[in-house]
Amino acid sequence: MAHLAPTPVLEPGQDRTLILNMGPQHPSTHGVLRVLLEIDGENVVRLMPDIGFLHTGIEKTCEAKFYQQVVPLTDRIDYLCPLTNNLCYVLAVEKLLGLEIPPKAQWLRVLLNELTRINSHLVWLGTHAMDIGALTVFLYCFREREEVLRMFEMVSGQRMMTSYFRVGGVALEPPLGFFDRVRDFAGYFPEKVDEYENLLTGNPIWAMRTKGVARMTAEDAIALGATGPTLRGSGVDIDLRRDMPYSSYEKFQFKVPVSQEGDVFARYICRVQELRESCSIVRQALDGMPEGPIKADAPHVVLPDREKMKTQMESLIYHFKIITEGFAVPAGEVYQAVESPRGEMGYYIVSDGTAKPYRVHMRSACFANLQTLATMCEGRLLADVVAAIGSIDIVLGEIDR
Amino acid sequence: MPLPPAITDLEPLKSHPAVARLLAWNKSAIQSVKFDRDEMTILLDRGSSREACALLRDDAECAFNFLSDITCVDWYPAEPRFEVVYHLLSIPKKERVRLKVRLNSDNAAVESVTSVWPGANFFEREVFDLFGVRFTGHPYLRRILMPEDWEGHPLRKDYPVEGYR
Repeated sequence: MAHLAPTPVLEPGQDRTLILNMGPQHPSTHGVLRVLLEIDGENVVRLMPDIGFLHTGIEKTCEAKFYQQVVPLTDRIDYLCPLTNNLCYVLAVEKLLGLEIPPKAQWLRVLLNELTRINSHLVWLGTHAMDIGALTVFLYCFREREEVLRMFEMVSGQRMMTSYFRVGGVALEPPLGFFDRVRDFAGYFPEKVDEYENLLTGNPIWAMRTKGVARMTAEDAIALGATGPTLRGSGVDIDLRRDMPYSSYEKFQFKVPVSQEGDVFARYICRVQELRESCSIVRQALDGMPEGPIKADAPHVVLPDREKMKTQMESLIYHFKIITEGFAVPAGEVYQAVESPRGEMGYYIVSDGTAKPYRVHMRSACFANLQTLATMCEGRLLADVVAAIGSIDIVLGEIDR
Repeated sequence: MPLPPAITDLEPLKSHPAVARLLAWNKSAIQSVKFDRDEMTILLDRGSSREACALLRDDAECAFNFLSDITCVDWYPAEPRFEVVYHLLSIPKKERVRLKVRLNSDNAAVESVTSVWPGANFFEREVFDLFGVRFTGHPYLRRILMPEDWEGHPLRKDYPVEGYR
């Protein structure tokens, strides 16, 4: 695996080759990613991603917050799938606390997570196709994404930075009419996916730009730490939702799309099929939504209902205590991973027994996936770099944290 | 639901495939083990971390072929100060194990695992950048998230949250 050795600093002045700087502000890098390329004519000899332009030190900030105050920070990591980050964080804290979550809250979490996956994949599909030159898909995708964002707004009051999940459950009961709206969306969405596929899957120009481009073998993908559709596009069949289920995913029926080719098209087809599977999970969640409370029965952790706070002394005391001094979490450490739209999103939380986390580390899927870019692109054409970056589906906020 | 107490004895955990494999290889490589909240943690001797990783990756019984994550915890002012944490995943067996190495602050260096998993590259650079832990044998140990000319390592506990102004 000599070609997997990381690229050292590129030096100019070598015969025939030229150093080209791509980014940090480049339309196809989906944020502020800088890529250093050594090119020989139109062939990429070496490639090195340069990241860190969006680094905000979220992990350090978390150490200064109470456990419940970290939830809004997790939205800001990956702004395309905020609810997945919320979920991963609260699952980790719940594991530390040993809390049991009522079924309705778990199903709501699954429902919203799959909507988030649809939202994220729609943005990916639109921008990826736009990078390669298919402009129309972008407009179609954003039409459906708008509806998903409106549903998020309905349930949490925010379009993007939802912060809807809480340690011990979810923040609020979904409003009247929310489930009908989701059902309506889940009803017509598969037709819309057909529409996207009509534009792309059979399109010969799309096939020329994606088939056989930026190939990666399964061995390379595993060695480089790729996860999610980037790994499944290379033929490795793993999905944490099915293989290490969390939040009652084991009660849902869904297929895990896997492609063997390992090229841009394979990753594209995996994600498009995931759109359909997510839609099916949404429908199952709607059909089987259990009745019951949406918060765990743990007054020292979960904020009391507004009504009880105004009528019961204990609730008022608990509310005051949680807001002013947080809740203590037993000492220990956990690593909780969920399948985000981009791959394995993991939270490693160390508690020292106080109300603030001692250390919060986010294992970001794109951070590891980005390492595969050099393997995909070296020895190929410069124009394929754009297709390869799009096919990894990077979010720079998550990479830099 | 009260949490079950953590198991820290080696004896009841001997049957865990990773522990069994490491014990069969080198008894002194394991300093301690912990089974807490359904997660297995193995504290390794500092010198044997890379070989232990290679062993767990290649062994058919364990098959921890995927490196999920490398990170670090700073226990300042306690010594040994740094704890480098590896999270391994077995794709065929769907299992996880956590490996740890403890490092003193005067010689915070550990062998790099980039030769075992090339994907460790970015993770080790991140730990170097934010904690100042060095990884010997790393091919390109430079800052990755902070600017090249940054002074200090922000995730250390003696680094103020607001930064130095």
